Amino acid sequence: MALKKKAVSTSRGARSNGHAIVKPGSQDEALHLPTGGDRRRHTYRPPHVPPVEAVGLEERAASLAKRSIKKASKLEGLKMAISMMDLTTLEGKDTPGKVVAMCRKALRPHDRLDVPSCAAVCVYPNLVPVAKRALAGSTVKIASVATAFPSGQSPLKVKLDDVRRAVEFGADEIDMVIDRGAFLRGDYGKVFDEIAATKEACGRAHLKVILETGELGTYDNVRLASAIAIEAGGDFIKTSTGKVQPAATLPVTLLMLEVIRDYVDDGWRVIGMKPAGGVRNAKQALQYLCVVKETLGDQWLDPDLFRFGASALLNDVLMQIEKEHTGRYAGEDYFSKD
Amino acid sequence: MDTRLPVEKTYKLFIKGEFVRSESGRALAVPNESTGGITQVSRASRKDAREAVIAAKAGWHAWASKTAYLRGQILYRLAEVMEGRRAELCEARTQAGVSSDEAREEVDLAIDRTVHYAGWADKISILLSSTNPVAGPHFNVTSPEPTGVVAVVPPDGGATLLTLVSTVLPVIVSGNGAIVVAPERDPRTTIVWCECVATSDMPAGVVNVLTGLRSELVPQVAKHMDIHALDLWKSDTVDAELAKSASVDGAENVKRVKVRDAQSVDWASDDAQGLSFIEPWLELKTVWHPVGL
Repeated sequence: MALKKKAVSTSRGARSNGHAIVKPGSQDEALHLPTGGDRRRHTYRPPHVPPVEAVGLEERAASLAKRSIKKASKLEGLKMAISMMDLTTLEGKDTPGKVVAMCRKALRPHDRLDVPSCAAVCVYPNLVPVAKRALAGSTVKIASVATAFPSGQSPLKVKLDDVRRAVEFGADEIDMVIDRGAFLRGDYGKVFDEIAATKEACGRAHLKVILETGELGTYDNVRLASAIAIEAGGDFIKTSTGKVQPAATLPVTLLMLEVIRDYVDDGWRVIGMKPAGGVRNAKQALQYLCVVKETLGDQWLDPDLFRFGASALLNDVLMQIEKEHTGRYAGEDYFSKD
Repeated sequence: MDTRLPVEKTYKLFIKGEFVRSESGRALAVPNESTGGITQVSRASRKDAREAVIAAKAGWHAWASKTAYLRGQILYRLAEVMEGRRAELCEARTQAGVSSDEAREEVDLAIDRTVHYAGWADKISILLSSTNPVAGPHFNVTSPEPTGVVAVVPPDGGATLLTLVSTVLPVIVSGNGAIVVAPERDPRTTIVWCECVATSDMPAGVVNVLTGLRSELVPQVAKHMDIHALDLWKSDTVDAELAKSASVDGAENVKRVKVRDAQSVDWASDDAQGLSFIEPWLELKTVWHPVGL
């Protein structure tokens, strides 16, 4: 089921279509309305993606979710899930204290020495310096949401400033949101341009592109948005902000992984995947790992290419690890809340 | 000739207000004394026990946050529903080998006991609270709160409906969530009683029932870190050894484990009810407050 990408068959990269990036602050920027002076914008042709067979997709996801993973492999899978976790707090009520506590938990999730650190913490830009201090000298990365998260409904200039500030503060990874409004009204060029501009603003920081699949409505849209995000330069594609239901689901993740696979098969650079929101328990985490392995293979079972965006998931995984060791079901009263 | 096939009841577990089969797919054959046949009853697994704990935890929070008065009203409603289902409860008991006369008598006692505990709901804290004299200018007030998630292993054999009601109701009347490991010999009666619970306005998860082998289920509930107390009644299916290992397992999370002998109680008498049965499943909270001017 390889994608046919006629429009980009020869050149690769963020500017493959050769169309202009919208200048921040231009008058028509807010809604990307066509003006007489800039006709090139209309030349953007979104990648051609075949429609998604929804029933087949959901059936395949459900069949992969049925794998039984027990004992030693379960334990290894759970530890792998922790090493891929972006421990996240994205609330209006976040405080430096909470972020520091979360960073400590990311560094050392459990007393057991064989339990690895999380991959990253994910916070708002204002709290990046706090996380930076708390994680100094460790391998745990700092991800920051930016681009007027979670709605993305701000002028591009503001979004790019948001990104630059987060990178200045020390973020290693930027989680951006696409403009779903633009996508749904068919202005794919604006979506592409903003991702490309954000990638540029990121500098050395990795870019994760949040599609907010719960707002895109159809699998076809998810596939198209994934393709645009990849072509525009995203290093990761990510399902959701966690603020909208439904967030990550297994079929949506499978679909996005298939898009990545199709691009990689076509010789594109490797792209990472991050389901976020809705992955709450250890069993689900193992199901996601199964889907990754069966779709993209062992190479993707790596924190550089697959992440979980989660807050509640870590404790459930820890409780399962504890249960595997002690033979008794653990209680959530025995694990720190944040 | 009557060609109609009767619709036989499938006896399932009762978890989170729903009647569900065991995730393990296993069943246990229980003899039906009134027909001479057998009934297949769900044989719960440790994962069912885990689900029951999650349900009981939610049930406890929902139930304890209701006013004591409302809990009493709902328990009274349970008695009403049991009254309406007397025939079914009697039938379940006769299937376990009890004569119809004995069954009727037992069901009456069980309903009366339910009304008894309905009356207790809003009187517990009045009787167990205190203002304590302390050396200083402080009010010192003690009041009872429910312990949390309590696993109840009621007596097996004997008047299983009466003992079920007499052991489960004193646990939940104060706001606890209960996980009941049903009597192995007569799980049917417990499930029929759950049908009364399910239609009594009691929040889902306050009462959860696991049917199956007690030798499998008791160690699981004793070990679980999210169960706060264990009410264990010794009988043929819970011997001294099982009771002892449950006490040891329960110590890991300082579970309150109470092991009692079912034979020591005359279940039909008034001695088998009252505050002394409620009190073990309460925690006393003491608050200091400055007297002021």
